[in-house]
Amino acid sequence: MALLDLDPEVVATARRLAAAAAAPVVEIARSHTTVSVERATLRLAGITGADSTHRAGDVPWVNRVVDAVVEHCGLEHGVSLPVFHALREHDLGSLTELAEATAAGQVRYTLPTGRDAVRAAKAARAAVAKGLRTVDRNRAQRDKLVARLGDPPRRPWIYLIVATGDIDEDVVQAANAARAGADIIAVIRSTGQSLIDYVPEGATHHGFAGTYATQENFRIMRAAMDEVSKEVGRYVRVTNYASGLCMPEIAVLAGLQRLDMMLNDSMYGILFRDINPIRTFVDQRFSRQVHARAGIIINTGEDNYLTTADAVDAAHTVTVSQLLNEHFAHEAGLPDPLLGLGHAFEINPRVPDSFRLELAHALLARELFPDAPLKWMPPTKHMTGDVFNGYLLDGFFNLAGVLTGQSILLVGMMTEAVVTPFLSDRDLALANVRYVLDAAGGLAEDFRPAPDGLIVKRAHQVLGEAVDLLGRIVDDGLLDAIARGTFGLMKRPADQGRGADGVVAKAAGYLNPASDLLDEGAEK
Amino acid sequence: MTEKRHVRPYGDTSGDGMVQVSFTLPVAHGPRAEGAALLLANKMGIDPAMVVHANPIGPDFTFFVVYGSVTHIVDMAEVVVVEREYPLLPPGEVNTALKRLLRRKLVVVGACIGTDAHTVGIDAILNIKGFAGEKGLEYYRELRVVNLGAQVAVPDLVKRARAEKADAVLVSQVVTQRDAHILNTQEMSAAFREAMGERRPLLIAGGPRFDPRMAGELGVDRVFSRGTTPGEVASYLAHAVAQKHVPTAPDAPGTSSAGKAPKAPKTTAAKKKETVRA
Repeated sequence: MALLDLDPEVVATARRLAAAAAAPVVEIARSHTTVSVERATLRLAGITGADSTHRAGDVPWVNRVVDAVVEHCGLEHGVSLPVFHALREHDLGSLTELAEATAAGQVRYTLPTGRDAVRAAKAARAAVAKGLRTVDRNRAQRDKLVARLGDPPRRPWIYLIVATGDIDEDVVQAANAARAGADIIAVIRSTGQSLIDYVPEGATHHGFAGTYATQENFRIMRAAMDEVSKEVGRYVRVTNYASGLCMPEIAVLAGLQRLDMMLNDSMYGILFRDINPIRTFVDQRFSRQVHARAGIIINTGEDNYLTTADAVDAAHTVTVSQLLNEHFAHEAGLPDPLLGLGHAFEINPRVPDSFRLELAHALLARELFPDAPLKWMPPTKHMTGDVFNGYLLDGFFNLAGVLTGQSILLVGMMTEAVVTPFLSDRDLALANVRYVLDAAGGLAEDFRPAPDGLIVKRAHQVLGEAVDLLGRIVDDGLLDAIARGTFGLMKRPADQGRGADGVVAKAAGYLNPASDLLDEGAEK
Repeated sequence: MTEKRHVRPYGDTSGDGMVQVSFTLPVAHGPRAEGAALLLANKMGIDPAMVVHANPIGPDFTFFVVYGSVTHIVDMAEVVVVEREYPLLPPGEVNTALKRLLRRKLVVVGACIGTDAHTVGIDAILNIKGFAGEKGLEYYRELRVVNLGAQVAVPDLVKRARAEKADAVLVSQVVTQRDAHILNTQEMSAAFREAMGERRPLLIAGGPRFDPRMAGELGVDRVFSRGTTPGEVASYLAHAVAQKHVPTAPDAPGTSSAGKAPKAPKTTAAKKKETVRA
């Protein structure tokens, strides 16, 4: 359905440049590890729970263990060898016992050598493989449920957010939303969870403008939506956020609890949370490998650039980021059907022809990534509190979505930026989507933008600007481009930002059975 | 047009009092639900009221749109507007004001002090991501933001604020036991007074447990409580800088030894600022 007549040569050039820009960063990601990657590995190996006696409150056991390894023998060889060596040396029955002994100061971690190292490596691989088999089973279970209950009847899938702060209230809201037509439920995280360097434990009831992502909260929501799926006769997908300082761990927990989609952008944390760029790229690669294994669709966050930069002037930065996200995702083993690249309807409605420009940008994304489940994000920046006008704008957003064949539609709320949505706001928003889908769902079939019209020309222009920018990024290096404020106008130098002290260059004998099993696609 | 003393809402005729409201009741759709909606509308002063739309939301809720005439009359003489001591400015105007006043970026250092690890408040104000649909202070071109994060010791905060030549220090206290948030903040303001005296930066405290009237007791310039948005803080900064640099008794310009003195300062405010920072 090529409506834009994009030059395949230009598209190939764009992809080649994106790969070239990403290559040095991939190399950095491969040659470093982080505290969170190591903690994620231990979570796959079976450590759960937290030290509730610590003076700072509940500290997850994985944090206690990794912190101790860092202190005793450093992280450059990975956490697996010292931990499984200590497990055997102290003759402990489980990793949790080892964690308790660590907290009590009874364990001194050392790097094993010779036969000890071989034995520790074997034990670590067996333990991590067991965790990955749970992830594999969950993937198979999802496939089974989708086969039995079915996917949503039509595209785009309808994506709705709940954010009460209390997982029990979230379940109520999510169930109502699913009954009213939502295909995907996203639980927004508590403000600031991105910046805490541990994953909270247990069911939580007091988030700030969102609910903490915890393994237990994941389990509760997935179980509740399994029930609702049976009731509504389609598989309701559950979404959370693999972002922030604990990105790899959250990805593992999502795989262990059969979440279906995860927000997982390659640069969002750097730009909008001031997380260290190297930390982010290392964590991102591991988490994407986990998502690939778990069959989880990732959602990227290009929409955010347009909330800080102008949606017309910066349109090409979205395309550039999509191409980079695509490359990083492919490199980590994610196929196109799991690539929910993001973009948004954020052009100022006062700009003449704003809707036509939106169509141009949306079509460009659609045609550049024909097999990716694109995520179409609603207006936020120009929602003013005039809820009536907001409802109209959301209607146009929905129309642009169906007209350009978007895959996942995040439902816009007319009360965006006013209050957290009322029950009725959500209901009205879904009615808006249903009306547009019913009235114009097939309109794409009749939609042929004029070959020399504004839409086609604009799409070509944005792609051209994206290629130019990619060329400059290749010349200067992606990390420098980020440092100079290329994306979302945020300047983030590679040696600054949060979590930089949790990044470690791998030594020659580095071992991580999770990375090995993910690289090999092996089960044992 | 002079303001009328007594006013009622205007639908399509003067004095008709017509309003529209919408709300949801936790009542199953049906005649009883509509009766309940009418009763509520009457209690709100809408009489007569018309339920023009009633729609079930699931089995247990009903959404209503109600039109009707309100019986209330507003006496404009009774209108009291609580004035914020500063105007709320959009980011562009904050930037313009700061640039005009300082001719350099205003430096903001933020931190959670004491044992508080909850950076949610300070991050909502500082991070570009922002809060309540407003971008954080990092978004402002004329602000340079240094966010020190959680559990920052007061001496470290003072040291860092000096090193960064902070114009303003924002501290956040979210989770607190007993009156730890008060004691921590007092310790902080005392430390700045001791270390820097009159040349201390603007001190701003924020957190859900603070009362905005506590500024004096805490030794800070301004207190922000629950629900504060980045735009309010940014507007306050522009206001406070303007206040601080109202040219009352300018220091002798000769004492300025700042490296980046503006070439031809048009305002004494700019000059004075450089003096203070020398």
